[in-house]
Amino acid sequence: MHADPRGVLTGVHFLDGDHACCEGALTAGARFASGYPITPSTEVVERFAARVPTLGGIFIQMEDELAASIALQGAVWGGAKAFTVTSGPGFSLMMEHIGYAAMTETPCVFVNVQRGGPSTGLPTLPAQADMMQARWGSHGDYGIIALCPNSPQECFDLTIQAFNFAEQFRVPVMLMMDEVVGHMTEKVVIPPAEQIEIFPRRHTSKPPADYLPYETNGDMVPEMAHAGEGYKFHITGLTHDERGYPVMTVPAQDKLVRRLQQKIERAADEIALYEEEKVDDAEVVVVSYGITSRVAQRAIELARAQGRRVGKFRLITAWPFPEHRIRQLAQRTKAFVVPELNLGQMVREVERLAGGLSRVLPVSHAGGGVHRPEDILQAILEAAS
Amino acid sequence: MQLTEIRIAGFGGQGVILSAIVIGKAACIFHGGYATMTQSFGPEARGGACSAQVILSDEPILYPYVTRPDILVVMSQEAYTRFSPELKDNGLLIIEQDLVRVSELPEGTRLFSVPATRIAEELGKRMVLNSVMVGFFGAVAGLLDPDSLRKAIADSVPAGFRELNLRAFDRGFDYGTAAVPLVAENSEHEHEHAAKYFDGV
Repeated sequence: MHADPRGVLTGVHFLDGDHACCEGALTAGARFASGYPITPSTEVVERFAARVPTLGGIFIQMEDELAASIALQGAVWGGAKAFTVTSGPGFSLMMEHIGYAAMTETPCVFVNVQRGGPSTGLPTLPAQADMMQARWGSHGDYGIIALCPNSPQECFDLTIQAFNFAEQFRVPVMLMMDEVVGHMTEKVVIPPAEQIEIFPRRHTSKPPADYLPYETNGDMVPEMAHAGEGYKFHITGLTHDERGYPVMTVPAQDKLVRRLQQKIERAADEIALYEEEKVDDAEVVVVSYGITSRVAQRAIELARAQGRRVGKFRLITAWPFPEHRIRQLAQRTKAFVVPELNLGQMVREVERLAGGLSRVLPVSHAGGGVHRPEDILQAILEAAS
Repeated sequence: MQLTEIRIAGFGGQGVILSAIVIGKAACIFHGGYATMTQSFGPEARGGACSAQVILSDEPILYPYVTRPDILVVMSQEAYTRFSPELKDNGLLIIEQDLVRVSELPEGTRLFSVPATRIAEELGKRMVLNSVMVGFFGAVAGLLDPDSLRKAIADSVPAGFRELNLRAFDRGFDYGTAAVPLVAENSEHEHEHAAKYFDGV
């Protein structure tokens, strides 16, 4: 289906990434957000709070991040598309309810505009150090999806994509922005509503008497019914059966938890979006994401000017990680260079998949700024030598 | 339009950020190029130091931060002291004439000054000094056509203040147009001009 034109601000705008993210959410059909505003993500909900009442929606400023991250899930089960927005300290507090969304298969979006950590760290300055937390932050085994925009335009586009993936797979999706992308202002083109594809809610077509909330047919993703529609359903964070009722047995746990992980893993090639440039005959491939991908691009161009064959691999989806493609590239490239605004997180995935076939050089940065292109260049030259 | 790095700095409340938005918007929406704008986020408030950076180019912009600005627009002494050492050699320095006193400058700096606050006060509202500044910038930098800048101002200010801001832009632009030949034709004259206003440069 197409986007509801009432929420779509079609036109050419000069927006920062936070505002573009808000417009993406409105375009995707989000009509509810609960938040506990925090720098550098505040502008997303500030704009949403001003815009959404005119579309019949609601923003609630909750008492803390625990409340913010669960109120939105109530809205989803009431029939809304909903999200919350935060940064590092709030993301940490939301972990419990990200697990709840994964366990109850509540389609929703968590936006994290990353700043320097740990703890309150650097409120106004960038980092990319919550990448592993996004994947593994809540306890237990589950699958999630995480996307990494590198421009305000992508903040718009990938927010829509995040909502679409959330609905398609009934999973919490993390939009892992960073402070630079959130606060930089660039041209953002918002197309007409009829050109924007929206994945609709997987609402059941069965009559209430035949409906089982967690029954799946082949594709591992159950259909939803909303509260108040006459369907009987039960939602719990406890291990549950197809009726949604708690069942504390090894087989029930095995069946449910494996499905929560496999519904994402089996679709990984479809979900794992990336951008490549000149990787086929590259001696070195630079793997990066978010704002770092733009700094890396400059380093790549400097290295090419020196006659090096350097490929670019930009992660658009961080989780699930594009495992197949990195394995393929490891067969023929001499080395990977992985700059990121942390002390080495996604580089571990590259190392694991390179499997010793090619060298992997991290270019770490503790956050608070972006890399100097020369530092990435130096790593490329070292990798190529 | 070659890659051009611009820094605009002054006090919070002078419209520093809005000036940068107007220039960026003019470049990437109305002029057909690319622009990336970033601003310093810190404990700034009205009266505190405030700065914004805009990069303009015909090509997509990768690195989002200004390292050595080609153009520096300063509206406070503090901003001048802090940022003028960054200015590229042969760069363009634009100052608020009554608020900035210039001392040492990087090699070959082209200096232009405009009494933007006074002009804005003459128009009845000190707040539009940033539109005067953008107009002056438009004339002396010559990067963007004035129509694009006017459209960007009209698009960026509240409807009730559109006319006033456009008048402020025009005043600044005219002041800048008059300043260009003065500087271009006779560099000695520029120094006299500067000395006259800046109390013994």
